[in-house]
Amino acid sequence: MAKTLGILGRKVGMTRIFGNDGSVVPVTVIDAGPCPIMQIKKTDKEGYNALQVAYGTIPDRKSNKPMLGHQAKAGKGSFRHQREFPLESVEGYEIGQELTVDIFKPGEKVKVTGQSRGKGFQGVMKRHNFRGKPASHGVEKVHRSPGSIGSNTEPSRVFKGKKMGGHMGDRRVTIMNVEVVDVRPEDNLILVKGQVPGAANGLVMIRKS
Amino acid sequence: MNAILKNIEAEQMRVDIPMVKAGDTVKVHLRIIEGEKERIQVFQGVVIRVHRGGVGSTFTVRKVSDGVGVERVFPFHSPYIERVDVVSEGKVRRSRLYYLRELKGKASRIKSKQIWE
Repeated sequence: MAKTLGILGRKVGMTRIFGNDGSVVPVTVIDAGPCPIMQIKKTDKEGYNALQVAYGTIPDRKSNKPMLGHQAKAGKGSFRHQREFPLESVEGYEIGQELTVDIFKPGEKVKVTGQSRGKGFQGVMKRHNFRGKPASHGVEKVHRSPGSIGSNTEPSRVFKGKKMGGHMGDRRVTIMNVEVVDVRPEDNLILVKGQVPGAANGLVMIRKS
Repeated sequence: MNAILKNIEAEQMRVDIPMVKAGDTVKVHLRIIEGEKERIQVFQGVVIRVHRGGVGSTFTVRKVSDGVGVERVFPFHSPYIERVDVVSEGKVRRSRLYYLRELKGKASRIKSKQIWE
């Protein structure tokens, strides 16, 4: 995976904007940054190069003592979220420096990562797009069932990874090649084309691709 | 709606488009770009539906062209609408005039509202 820089943000919601050619573009608005660099990890000390950045200001009383000590190094107050961005080289960055939406330009393709909405325990039709069974023609009580899940005596077991019902959603999802439609540094907003994983107000990571 | 989204929508909204209603006869002046050139095309007909939804609001205009019914959906706030003229306001009793699709000729006329000066 390419090691690229990114920032953290909060999904605001979706709307639409009119393009230059009169087309209507669906966009997701993300309130991103400014993200101060909390820690710089280097190969000789931590074994890899990375920037730890923070987002989401909270009052100092909501941080515990270990976090207060860690955050004091950057001197930017307390934050709800910290994430790392592994990089090839961390030259030129310093602790306390703020990353803003400026690092992105309209037209650029980015990766957006978020925690998808939890759907709870779901059957195979919703979870894996199985077809289920007919509504009539003698089918009873099994309209949404998966049907056969394997062979008989040989192999006399169900293979691992067989698609079945279970918990759906609430996992980390990354969408690649998301187009940046607009960047508004004055409001710390970034507008990307299409949908982004997660509910409104959820934490999202935007990375260069 | 969220205040940030409201602001983004508000800056795109157009205030120069009249509030058309179902039953109105309107002329929609559309900017058409063909290669380099730009010209204005007029689409005249009856508004059969107004869909409200912030910046995504649309209205549907129906006309009968050479005996064939034509309906076009226009976004209220599209920059491609040059202007909208209300030719007459109609007197109708419902907000969705889908029944016009079944009617033709004299039966599909809409009474115009009396406007007292």
